[in-house]
Amino acid sequence: MSDIVSDVLMLIGAIFLLLAAVGMVRMPDLFTRMQAASKASTLGIACVLLALAFHFPGISVNIRVIGTITFFYLTAPITAHLIGRAAYFVGVPVWKGTVIDELRGRYNPLTHHLGSDDGAADGAWEERPDQREA
Amino acid sequence: MTGLSIETIVFLMLTGAMTLAFVRVVRGPTLPDRVVALDLFAVLSTAFLTVYAIDTDQQVFLDVAIVLALIAFLSTVAFALYIGRRARDE
Repeated sequence: MSDIVSDVLMLIGAIFLLLAAVGMVRMPDLFTRMQAASKASTLGIACVLLALAFHFPGISVNIRVIGTITFFYLTAPITAHLIGRAAYFVGVPVWKGTVIDELRGRYNPLTHHLGSDDGAADGAWEERPDQREA
Repeated sequence: MTGLSIETIVFLMLTGAMTLAFVRVVRGPTLPDRVVALDLFAVLSTAFLTVYAIDTDQQVFLDVAIVLALIAFLSTVAFALYIGRRARDE
């Protein structure tokens, strides 16, 4: 019984990880790619680790599996946020079909000031010269 | 099911996923693209180690997977700080 559960969970996790990698190649720009990579890969690795917990009985493996899953769920959004923020500041191009860019006009590349209101760039702001649509 | 066990199928799928992630590492037009792809590559390596632990009935590989996950997180954070600092210095 637990072997069947383990196999099914392992297969589901591998499918999610494969989908994350496919999204990594197929998605049009960095931010959509990050969306595929962080969400699908977190779910996939959680399923694979749960398969390990079902395969090995015993509390020590289960505790370590739970700790690792918690670690992945905590760190995946942090890394995605950090890379997305840094990439936006560098000026990574955004996909041409992007509907909304809430940070547009709120980041001043000269002073590196990021404000929450539209006047954060002190009027000297028009549009990022280095941010072109892909 | 003769010959192909479910672990082998999962290994093949993870290898294909690693190949796709590596395609993005090679092609990625900017540095953050490559960093994201390498992060995904580290997660895939962790999954590979976990499935290997199931395949060989060795619990030790779970510890290796945990260490790999920790190092992957730290390296990605370091890369993000480096990219941000480089944007600030320019």
